[in-house]
Amino acid sequence: MATNASALTLVGQRRKRVSIGRVLAWAGLLLAIVVVLVPFYWVVRTALATKVELYANPSQITPPGFTFSNFARVLGQVSAADAIAAGGSGQALHFWLYLRNSVIVTALTVVGQLFFSALAAYAFARLNFPLRDKVFFLYIIALMIPGIVTLIPNYILIRSLGWLDTFQGIVAPAFLMSPFAVFFLRQFFLGINREVEEAAKLDGASLFGIFWRLVIPISGPPLATLGILTWIGTWNDYLWPLLIGKDESVRVLTVALGVFRSQTPQGAPDWGGLMAGAVLSILPSIALFLILGRKAINSIQFSGYK
Amino acid sequence: MSNSANALPIQRTQRPAWLKGWLAGETWLAWLFILPSLIGFTAFYAVPAVRGVFISFTNWDLLSTPKVVGIANYQKLLRDPQFWQALRVTLYYVLLNIPLQTALAVGLAVLMDRLTQSIVVRGVLVLPWLIPNVVVALLWLWMLDPQLGVVNQILGVFGISRQPFLGSVSQAMPSVAWINIWRHAGYTALLIFAGLQTIPKDVYEAAAIDGATERRMFWSITIPLLRPVLVFVLVTTVIGSFQIFDTIAITTKGGPVNATRVIFWYIYEFAFSRFQMGYAMAAAVILFLILITITLVQMRYLRSGESDLA
Repeated sequence: MATNASALTLVGQRRKRVSIGRVLAWAGLLLAIVVVLVPFYWVVRTALATKVELYANPSQITPPGFTFSNFARVLGQVSAADAIAAGGSGQALHFWLYLRNSVIVTALTVVGQLFFSALAAYAFARLNFPLRDKVFFLYIIALMIPGIVTLIPNYILIRSLGWLDTFQGIVAPAFLMSPFAVFFLRQFFLGINREVEEAAKLDGASLFGIFWRLVIPISGPPLATLGILTWIGTWNDYLWPLLIGKDESVRVLTVALGVFRSQTPQGAPDWGGLMAGAVLSILPSIALFLILGRKAINSIQFSGYK
Repeated sequence: MSNSANALPIQRTQRPAWLKGWLAGETWLAWLFILPSLIGFTAFYAVPAVRGVFISFTNWDLLSTPKVVGIANYQKLLRDPQFWQALRVTLYYVLLNIPLQTALAVGLAVLMDRLTQSIVVRGVLVLPWLIPNVVVALLWLWMLDPQLGVVNQILGVFGISRQPFLGSVSQAMPSVAWINIWRHAGYTALLIFAGLQTIPKDVYEAAAIDGATERRMFWSITIPLLRPVLVFVLVTTVIGSFQIFDTIAITTKGGPVNATRVIFWYIYEFAFSRFQMGYAMAAAVILFLILITITLVQMRYLRSGESDLA
């Protein structure tokens, strides 16, 4: 009886302690969510503020002097004189041009890298040929070389090819392969059942036909994972397009924002304009993320299993 | 016609064995499959890596022909106090960034694992990682502004005086570290969360029956079983951390008074402002050697390959 009673109180205590723990745990998680989300709100709030009101009411929670003029200015729909009057540098952020450039660079990189890496990965996984394992081993080594080592030589190469300020110059290093993509897809192809491919082979299908009509269609999930990771990495890249694509005609969004930041008047920065540019430049990523939802998050989670 | 048809098999048997493999039906097709990636690999990985090391032994301003100077660049580097300063500053950044970021990530991952499988929570936490470094840097440059920044406004509510943050020698690097923790903690947490999901729940149940406390379970079950994932996360984040550039290029540009002049910024300045390619490349090679050493030490010390899940 006595032991029973003490056991009961023990259970009671334990449940109570656990529930306090749960409350604290939820509080911690909620705090993290707030710390993540508040800056996003603050960017939007600043982008919707007029410069005068913004400087007068720095701590107002709603946008001080609600206006869409920052967005209009960034999109180049306001004359230079009006833009300077609103606190800008008079330099429009040619948003649509930079958006187009970012889309071109990112789309080319994703499509090229996925296609050519998948081709190579399929050969490494399925075909027998001399030096196969040696070549693959070299790719694995390349996986471990940090970007700093190849950055300067690659810049010199692109420069000597006369590809500075061109799309092919920005895209070239990542277009034909990435060691990670080859490695990742090879792992997946190794896990596919061979029987269907063997059957197609007996039916006289060509090797490329098997690859294109049989293997690629069932490789949707890993290709989507790689595509999403490559998309994010390329879209967010700054240093390489900064070195190769300074010219307006090929300038991508990240580089344009960096230029916009350095042009903003010293002493009284054009925060409204900067934040409007920031909002516009992250909208495409956020939209893609919302559309893909669960798939995108699972893909990102997956990236840990290199 | 019949003559040549007869000649062919004879020719084939005369070929040496090593050539046979190269001419087998599949082989040339395989090489065709590999070829585009091989061109990319050779042009942008293999040759540049070798060429980079060669450049580090020359003096080259990109305009004249490179002049071979042996190890002079390396000698000059090791005698340059600015280089050592850059290494010190970088190490300081890594030490500010990695421990806090990893601890936060493990904490968040464990919280998610215990509390919720919600895809929305995971989505929110990974959101900063989807945003370019450049935008994240701009965002915090504004939030941490000494005059108007909201962080100072909030501190003011608690009676704390205005802080200069990115504008001061002592606070600039912690501010940069915080910016990158904000961007990466949720993403890292997601990777660790994926690792946590692979730990069988009955291990915890068994431990709970044996009367283990939450804390005991964390240190005796979670951490050991998570080790392969943790090592992967640590190795990649440390390598990335040593190469911090974007945030500094947007916020401090190495200042104030060299307080955030990290090694990557140092290399960038020498290569693309002063066009001393050989000198910059020598610094890059040294950074590479440091990274290799740290990675090997980490893998060895943390026994990356083994999980304790038996």
